[in-house]
Amino acid sequence: MGALDVEQRGTDGRAPEETGTSPIEVRGLAMKYGPLVVMEDLNFQVRRGEIFVIMGGSGSGKSTLLKHLIGLKAPAEGSILFEGEDFFEADEEARKGILRRMGVLYQNGALWSGLTLAENVALPLEEYTDLDTRSIGEVVSLKLSLVGLRGFESFYPTEISGGMRKRAALARATALDPEVLFFDEPSSGLDPITASRLDDLILQLRDSFGTTIVIVSHDLASIFKIADRAIFLDIKEKTMTAMGSPVSLRDSPPSDEVRRFMTRSSVLGPSEDSDASRDPKAQDRRDDP
Amino acid sequence: MAPEVRREAETLIVELVGDWELSHALPRFGPLLENDSQAPAARAVDFDASNLGRWDSSLLTFLQQGMIHCEAHDLEFRSGNLPEDVARLLELARAVPEQETDRTSAGESYPAAMGAGGLAAWDGLVAAITFLGEVTDSFLRLVLFRLRMRWRDFWVVVQSNSSGALPIVTLISFLVGMIISFLGAVVLRRFGAGYFVSYLVGYGMLREMASLMTGIILAGRTGAAFAAELGSMKITEEIDAYRTLGISPVDHLVLPRVLGLMVTMPLLTIYAGFIGILGGMVVAIMVLDLTVTQFTGGLLAAVTLSDALLGVFKGTVFGLIIGLAGCMKGMQTGGDASAVGKAATSAVVLGITLIIGANAVIDWLAVLLNV
Repeated sequence: MGALDVEQRGTDGRAPEETGTSPIEVRGLAMKYGPLVVMEDLNFQVRRGEIFVIMGGSGSGKSTLLKHLIGLKAPAEGSILFEGEDFFEADEEARKGILRRMGVLYQNGALWSGLTLAENVALPLEEYTDLDTRSIGEVVSLKLSLVGLRGFESFYPTEISGGMRKRAALARATALDPEVLFFDEPSSGLDPITASRLDDLILQLRDSFGTTIVIVSHDLASIFKIADRAIFLDIKEKTMTAMGSPVSLRDSPPSDEVRRFMTRSSVLGPSEDSDASRDPKAQDRRDDP
Repeated sequence: MAPEVRREAETLIVELVGDWELSHALPRFGPLLENDSQAPAARAVDFDASNLGRWDSSLLTFLQQGMIHCEAHDLEFRSGNLPEDVARLLELARAVPEQETDRTSAGESYPAAMGAGGLAAWDGLVAAITFLGEVTDSFLRLVLFRLRMRWRDFWVVVQSNSSGALPIVTLISFLVGMIISFLGAVVLRRFGAGYFVSYLVGYGMLREMASLMTGIILAGRTGAAFAAELGSMKITEEIDAYRTLGISPVDHLVLPRVLGLMVTMPLLTIYAGFIGILGGMVVAIMVLDLTVTQFTGGLLAAVTLSDALLGVFKGTVFGLIIGLAGCMKGMQTGGDASAVGKAATSAVVLGITLIIGANAVIDWLAVLLNV
């Protein structure tokens, strides 16, 4: 497949950003493990203040793409620009500056197991600010309150549930009020109610702080609830084959693979619960910007 | 189950008869078509499943072979007459194309395997040098007060390797002291020089065995623990979490551990030397009928401060080696649970190997410098 004109494929009807740089811009990215090509020819921009979802089947390279976006893995080809600056071309100080402006919520929280929840949230503040211990304590308390974990400051990650760990990790990821937040499968391993609460929290973060949010997910219910735009990584084509709002991708899928993904149907036919993605409330919400 | 093949114009019809179950032998697809020599050559393969009985994965395997065979021989594979369930399962099996991977194939040539091994060794060397560079950089920043190390982690390492390691160090050192003394008793008594066993025990423990045995104990105990701890943190993405916050995991995880060991190893070496001498003295008194005064007199006459300091120096170096080996293997852990075990094992092997190598080098330098 040749270079993908993403805006042409996008069917969300929004005009591309005209002013300023995108928080994240991916140009001709190829991801490889040794000689194995995972994905290639990836081109997209994440708009400021949007919730952008990277979708795709298992093994399609979603998490690998996230690792590239957060600077853990260098591109085999192409570049990733963060506020117009190439992370992998930047010097160490500039890289630190970029990392300072982003937060990451890992799939399993990745809280530092040897530290309490308060210490986990405090560490980025200690590293990057000149706040005194008391002020840091107050910020930590606020961040934990926002995720509903007030009172758990002295708990270690192993002493709380999976959902609480994710919320604590979210408190840590937002400790420095990042401009861009990355989430790796935020709803994995969570029951539907807890997952929905986390979705609400993500929406709240975007709406209140204007944070740009990039999420790797294949949880359709969550995608339809929170995503402004999404891209689809096609494991067969080894590139992105669709970009647009979830509703538009479901209603006008550019390929069979996207249609099957968005309607939860396999090559054997649609599953019985595929209509779950057709939540009218979610559709209304997406259609009404 | 044995399929029959008949021909209709340019189409070969494979008749699927009876029950197809994995408990029976699986027929091969290719040989079935080899007997067809009629002209013109067949263009398609179709199936007649009208007499098909029960079936399971054996039928699907046979049909999958058929699809591959047809692809290879430019024949059209028609699944239209197969039961609908079978056709859908076949479609499912073919839905995702075979992935190209970088996994070494079984038939890779010896030179290619050698080349891959060489490249892997080179990568390992580069990774080790990079790691040492990162640790050196962190250490220099610490010395220049440009790094805020978590001293709590440092003290945890000191505590767990001091009081925590004392029982095993005591036991091993005492026994090693006894062994050296037994050895001396057997050999020296033949020459009527049993009195000099204190020389042997003093030299042996303070210059060599105290630091070496403590190093080996800590390589197995602490080096493996470092590798397992950091390896687990790698798997649970805790180390990635440091990196994506722009915080050096070396500053926070490696430096406190390495410095902690560099502080405790010399102390443990002094302690091990003392306990080893005690063990040697017990044997000297019991086997050679020496008195405490005779033993300590001989010891003090023979052993100098430089012998003890050489042992302490070795202990410091060994602490550095064990800490670096354990942390490096932990930081380089792969992505699954078994990788943690491998990292711990290789940390111990690497630690002990390097300790013994370093011991030989230090001894050689000590001889050259007359220490």
